[in-house]
Amino acid sequence: MATLNLLVLVCLLYVALLFAVAFGADRAALHGRSRWLRSSLVYTLSLSIYCTAWTFYGAVGFAARSGLEYLTIYLGPTLVMIGWWYTLRKMVRIGRSQRITSIADLISSRYGKSTLLAVLVTVIAVIGTMPYIALQLQSVALSFDAFAKAEPDAGAPNTEATALWVALGLAIFTVLFGTRNLNANERHHGVVMAIALEAVVKLFALLAVGVFVVWGLSGGLGDTLARIDASNIARWEVSGSRWVGLTMLSAMAFICLPRMFQVMVVENEDESHLRTASWAFPTYMMLISLFVVPIAVVGLDILPEGSNPDLFVLTLPLHAGQDGLAILSFLGGFSSATSMVIVAAIALSTMLSNHIVMPIWLRMSGKHAMMSGDVREVALLARRFSIVFVVLLGYAYFRLSGGGAALAAMGLVSFAGVAQFLPAMMGGIFWRGATRAGALAGLVIGAMIWLYTMFLPSFGASLLMPQAVLDHGLFGQAWLRPYALFWTNGMDPVVHAVMWSLTLNTLTFVTVSIFSFPSPLERLQGAQFVNVFRHSSTTGTWSGGLAQSEDLLTLAQRIMGAAPAQQFFAAAAQRQGLAGYLPEPSTDFLQELERELSASVGGATAHAMVSQIVGGATVSVEDLMAVADETAQIMEYSNQLEAKSLELQRAARQLREANDKLTQMSAQKDSFLSQISHELRTPMTSLRSFSEILRDSNDLTSEETRRYASIIHDEALRLTRLLDDLLDLSVLENGQVVMNDQVGTLQSVLDRCTAMAVGEGRKLEIIRNREAEDIVLHTDLDRLAQVFINLISNARKYSDAEKPVLTIRSALDRDRVLIDFTDNGSGIPTEEQSVIFEKFARVGQNEAGGAGLGLAICREIMQRLGGSITYLPGQSGTAFRVTLPVSARIAAQ
Amino acid sequence: MSRKPPSLFVEREVYRKRRMIDAARVLPILGAALFFLPVLWRSPEGLGLPTTHLMGYLFGIWLLLTVGAAALSSYIASVPEPDEDPPEARG
Repeated sequence: MATLNLLVLVCLLYVALLFAVAFGADRAALHGRSRWLRSSLVYTLSLSIYCTAWTFYGAVGFAARSGLEYLTIYLGPTLVMIGWWYTLRKMVRIGRSQRITSIADLISSRYGKSTLLAVLVTVIAVIGTMPYIALQLQSVALSFDAFAKAEPDAGAPNTEATALWVALGLAIFTVLFGTRNLNANERHHGVVMAIALEAVVKLFALLAVGVFVVWGLSGGLGDTLARIDASNIARWEVSGSRWVGLTMLSAMAFICLPRMFQVMVVENEDESHLRTASWAFPTYMMLISLFVVPIAVVGLDILPEGSNPDLFVLTLPLHAGQDGLAILSFLGGFSSATSMVIVAAIALSTMLSNHIVMPIWLRMSGKHAMMSGDVREVALLARRFSIVFVVLLGYAYFRLSGGGAALAAMGLVSFAGVAQFLPAMMGGIFWRGATRAGALAGLVIGAMIWLYTMFLPSFGASLLMPQAVLDHGLFGQAWLRPYALFWTNGMDPVVHAVMWSLTLNTLTFVTVSIFSFPSPLERLQGAQFVNVFRHSSTTGTWSGGLAQSEDLLTLAQRIMGAAPAQQFFAAAAQRQGLAGYLPEPSTDFLQELERELSASVGGATAHAMVSQIVGGATVSVEDLMAVADETAQIMEYSNQLEAKSLELQRAARQLREANDKLTQMSAQKDSFLSQISHELRTPMTSLRSFSEILRDSNDLTSEETRRYASIIHDEALRLTRLLDDLLDLSVLENGQVVMNDQVGTLQSVLDRCTAMAVGEGRKLEIIRNREAEDIVLHTDLDRLAQVFINLISNARKYSDAEKPVLTIRSALDRDRVLIDFTDNGSGIPTEEQSVIFEKFARVGQNEAGGAGLGLAICREIMQRLGGSITYLPGQSGTAFRVTLPVSARIAAQ
Repeated sequence: MSRKPPSLFVEREVYRKRRMIDAARVLPILGAALFFLPVLWRSPEGLGLPTTHLMGYLFGIWLLLTVGAAALSSYIASVPEPDEDPPEARG
């Protein structure tokens, strides 16, 4: 017979072993020999704190009561682990890159580091974990009871006292190993190692009991199956809603349970461990639930009527007189219970001290506390008290609930409570539009419905939840009955509570998120969380002082550019009397820097960035760098684009102008060619026809022959003249002509011209003012004379006056000589004045047909001489004004 | 931007890895469907199916899922990703 004393001794020895393992692991980690501590095997085993005393004892009870339904509790987490690529991978990456310490920290960080949200999550987590811890205490106390009952001579032990002793023992263990270091990012190697060992013990114990039951008590596999078929759980009688609902609930709780978050995310060493655990942990759960149904069936069969099915794992070996196996089984249950309580207490105490105790303490002790060094001590103390507080709360729930409830029912209350975090958490990870207001509203609604429909009724009719409310609803409103909200009668209470609380939670969360607006910090955090795979590196630490300045410098360099940032920092350091580039991060300097940065990225972002680095925040510097980098890159890129586009515009304009010019020139060339061929054809036609007459006609009189020959001669002359003019013009236009610098008076030039021009053809009277013409010119006089002769002969040829008179007036206007040639004809019509200087331009039709090149040549010559020739309107007849600089240099060749 | 635009196609091995990741995503959905299937089963007499049969079915599916997950995760781990871009953005 197993004695209670032996049991206590084994228990103490086992705890001592755990102590040794935890202590050894902590020491090994301290000395850097921790590689084997960081294996994926240890990680997978540490996840097994999901399988608590609920699994070890409660699953058999669950199966004895409702058949295969107990499997839902393990199928849900199996699906979550196999689907790790969806959620767990992202959660672990976020946890590592954002240095998350708990699920409350995750949710509050995502929503702009909201303290209110952190407090709310912490409170819900603490209340939600109470039934769970109570479950563990109850199971250990019951297992002691079972041993005591098996021993006839011992007095009945006090179950409540046992539970209290267990609670205190666990609290002490957790305080000793859970609060050795403050930084939540430093892993609790000792604790993790201890719970990994406990995971092995509980699996081994359950398998041992299972093997004993199947092959020892039941007589083999076939017999066991026959027993199952003969039992009262032989048939599948699970309701569909419970099957699906509980599977989903356990999946959600697996993600949201504070202790699971602790081992899965916070204690995670390496993301690749998650990959291994994705199949290894489902295997663990499969093994641990393998023998549950056989144990339950054999227990129902063999043990006396009225035995507690929750204890079959223990009472079957006891009944068969296998004391050794019974003690092993007891140790398995003890392991399951203790590992859960330890990790849950660590997780909850971190949340309690970080989000509730420390903020209050800092506020109460004023600002100077930030400077003093005792913050660490206070935080550790707060954590220790929180551990004791959490464990004692569990004990209180155990006392309140009377210790009689089925273990599985108590566990489900917890599951539904923590599942309320899911909308806010998943929304925060996957949806950038999720806001703090939405998360707060959703959590409050969900938690209230959970409290009302599940938590409070779990005590049975009590002061908080009188029977009247249970039966008729709050204030007698039938639609507010805790088990039939909104008249949904006949639903399973668990499914009912989960369905309503989560549906309304999600609905409120989404609706409020859509209609509210997040703060800048919230939006920054949202982007960091949702896009964690794009930005984050997985490691990185920094400390205060100059390291902060260095981080600030790196940040500033990425935003302002390397050289300006270094200059700015060096100047600041010099002002502080320091050499180098790193000033002390004083308030003044930070404000300056913030202003400087806000020029590039906007005020809010700059503030967020600087305060992140200096304010000891959980957003990692690397993540901010990622944002800064992107901003700087985009800015640079857009500057480059702008410059390039301007350049392109300029080039396009130049090209367009060049193209216009080319088109114009091409058109000019075309028209010139067509004109010149026309001009050449007319004389050629006469030449050809008259020469043909001379050749073909033999009976021409000598008179006619002479006449025709003279026509041919005249036309040939005209052609020559035309070609001469063309040649002249072409030479002038191409600038190939050489101008000779000569000196002479205007008078002498005009004398020569009039003499030459008047010599032939119609009589032309020329009126001159000889006194005014006494001006000395330095120019190419021969070319000037060519212009004058052209003008004079034009007047003689085209003046339509009866007695043509040409008046030549000369005047000196400052440094220019103006010479006007005015005849007494009818002048040139206004519309033709603009074209007379163009090639082949002829006014009207007259028999003295010139080539129309004269004035064009005049214009070219005058341009070469540095002067001009223009038509002078408003005179009595046709008037041209020749302008010439007095001592102008001949225009450069 | 100075960052190189990701190329449209990846080499064969990485492509295979991406498809394996797709398979890893489908696996839990398939698992859920198979686990929920017994809800719809009834024996001809209108009673629930025998518990022993269902245990065989559920544990069998469970085993297949873990084997599948193990195969997929070890394959995904064995092929290095060329860069850290989110694989879901490319195909």
